Amino acid sequence: MTIGKLSAGFVAALALASLPAQAASVKIGFVTTLTTPAGVIGRDMQDAFNLALEDIGGKMGGLDVEVFYEDDGFKPEIGKQKTDKLVQKDDVDFVAGYIWSHVLLASQKSVLGAGKFLISANAGPSQLAGKQCHENFFATSWQNDQTPMAMGEVLNKRGVKSLYVIAPNYAAGKNMVAGVERSFKGKIVGKDLTKWPGQLDFSAELAKARASKADGVFVFYPGKAGGAFMKQYQQAGLNGKIPLYSVFTVDSLSLPLFQKGKLEGVMGSYMTQFWAPDLDTPQNKKFVDGFRKKYNRYPSFYAAQTYDSMFLIKSAVDAVKGDLTNKDGMRAAMAKADFPSVRGSFKFGNNHFPIQDFYLREVVADADGNWTTATRDVVYKDHQDPYAKDCKM
Amino acid sequence: MTWTLLLEQSLNGFQLGIVLFLMAAGLTLVFGIMDMVNLAHGSLYMIGALLCATFTEWTGSFLLGVLLALPAVLVVGILVEVVALRTLYKRDHLDQVLASFGLILFFNELARIVWGPEGMAIPLPAWLDGSIEILPGVPYPTYRLMVIVVGLAVAAALYWLVVKTRTGMLIRAGASNRTMVGALGVNIGLLFTLIFGFGAALAGLAGMIAAPIVQANIGMGESILIPAFVVIVVGGIGSIRGAFIAALIVGLIDTMGRSFLDVLLGTFMSANAAETAAPALSAMAIYILMAVVLFFRPQGLFPPQGRG
Repeated sequence: MTIGKLSAGFVAALALASLPAQAASVKIGFVTTLTTPAGVIGRDMQDAFNLALEDIGGKMGGLDVEVFYEDDGFKPEIGKQKTDKLVQKDDVDFVAGYIWSHVLLASQKSVLGAGKFLISANAGPSQLAGKQCHENFFATSWQNDQTPMAMGEVLNKRGVKSLYVIAPNYAAGKNMVAGVERSFKGKIVGKDLTKWPGQLDFSAELAKARASKADGVFVFYPGKAGGAFMKQYQQAGLNGKIPLYSVFTVDSLSLPLFQKGKLEGVMGSYMTQFWAPDLDTPQNKKFVDGFRKKYNRYPSFYAAQTYDSMFLIKSAVDAVKGDLTNKDGMRAAMAKADFPSVRGSFKFGNNHFPIQDFYLREVVADADGNWTTATRDVVYKDHQDPYAKDCKM
Repeated sequence: MTWTLLLEQSLNGFQLGIVLFLMAAGLTLVFGIMDMVNLAHGSLYMIGALLCATFTEWTGSFLLGVLLALPAVLVVGILVEVVALRTLYKRDHLDQVLASFGLILFFNELARIVWGPEGMAIPLPAWLDGSIEILPGVPYPTYRLMVIVVGLAVAAALYWLVVKTRTGMLIRAGASNRTMVGALGVNIGLLFTLIFGFGAALAGLAGMIAAPIVQANIGMGESILIPAFVVIVVGGIGSIRGAFIAALIVGLIDTMGRSFLDVLLGTFMSANAAETAAPALSAMAIYILMAVVLFFRPQGLFPPQGRG
């Protein structure tokens, strides 16, 4: 190739690169897990984000919306690479998504360091809620500790005196254990942190749990590990012997599989959550009905949070009338949480994590015989995470 | 810690070892006899599980599912050998690793297209789905006991096949000295295809057996492939007997580490430190074992005889 051709190519490339500089669209990067078995979670989030995009007519603040989906492969290092690519190459205005706390922790700096907005649609690691909180970071989900804290309260109310805890050994798993330990007043008689995400066989842990003679077992196993755990709990004959209390383990993604696999033991089991498909808010009805109509299945809580994240971004872009350079205006708008949320109205705390209600849910069959969950009780009203006080914001 | 818990955990370790053995048996034959590093062995484990799940759904019976899926995996294995791997025997190990890694990606994507990302749960018949008391007050999952029984039966059948039959003699001869077997007029190509298909069926069987416990999922093969490699390295590459004993050792060490390490560490460090150290150490245990074996006996514990 001659110098002439090279420089011509260079000029052409420059011309191409400078084209998108006049932003006629809002660009949103979305990082989630689309491969590996956890891809089923990513698909639910992607479907919810696409549905939300449809529901807002593909526009916010008068601008078109462009979404770039990236797959983190369930690995922090890949998640960070993809985030870098979104921030540097695609020059997105918002980065949203993130199922996994360890992936989010690895990726957050790439976004926040570049002065962009980061919206977590699931992961809620304690670090980002406390000391490392950031003005440009928002969560449409929860802080990891909150849901297990609600479960701890439920356990107290039910008179559970001793508890055996099993969770995976990574950022969120440790937060979940810390959460239940924080509010549970009885004694924790045993605790296992298992290899994540590799370990799916829990024979040793279940044998220990049985030998401990605890009043209850608390678990946190998101994604496919949850299915494996529930199945083995039943096979070990622990159903009906030691009640199982779970967070983020039984959801709309795993329930159809349980139903197919005839895992009757999961019926009637309890979990805590900030949201439920049967929550009676106008936005939630619209979301659940729309989702079921379009995809022919119940949305998961992952989907609900993701749906909210699109509306949060819209509230920011609407507030500045599409002027994406007005970061202060967008930040102030988002901090107000002034958008229709599936969970009804809520506030953001100083650390930009929601202050919200938590519900007790039970697994039931709906009118058509499909397994789903029904809300039974309000455990916490306007609950704020315990790390907010460490956040200097 | 009580004796009944120790017994229960030993059974758990034994059961894990049995599944590892089924995986490792095929792997060690292919690696030892054909000198072929086949990372895609885990994919055959996954395909076995998914096929079994599908057949179980069609027929409504887990047993029929297994019986139908076994020959199907055998065919898949032979196809993989004939189409992709046959051309790689003469290439060096790096090429084989690359190509079989490509096969992993191919199979994972294929599984995603055919079965979807959510995987399949396999319902067990009621008589297998509960637990029975092995000792008064010690219930044990019936299915896991069944796995141990079936695994031991397969191991015995393998022993008979390898030690008492002519095919087995060829397999053993191939493991000891490939070139010589070829020079004596044995159709090495056919032997390789057979061994590969057979190894695939064993991996598939391991997947079918594991699926009702861990569910059939994309990528399930990768998580068992690495321990399976540890087993064949510890046992001695190419040795079925070595694979069997090493699989049981690895299964027991892994399970015992998960069960008792926190208590053990707690006796000489603070409960908090033990709580953090135990999961990390128990996850490393089998690799430490492999490092120790490699240091003192680089050829493995029970290498095939006559390898020089």
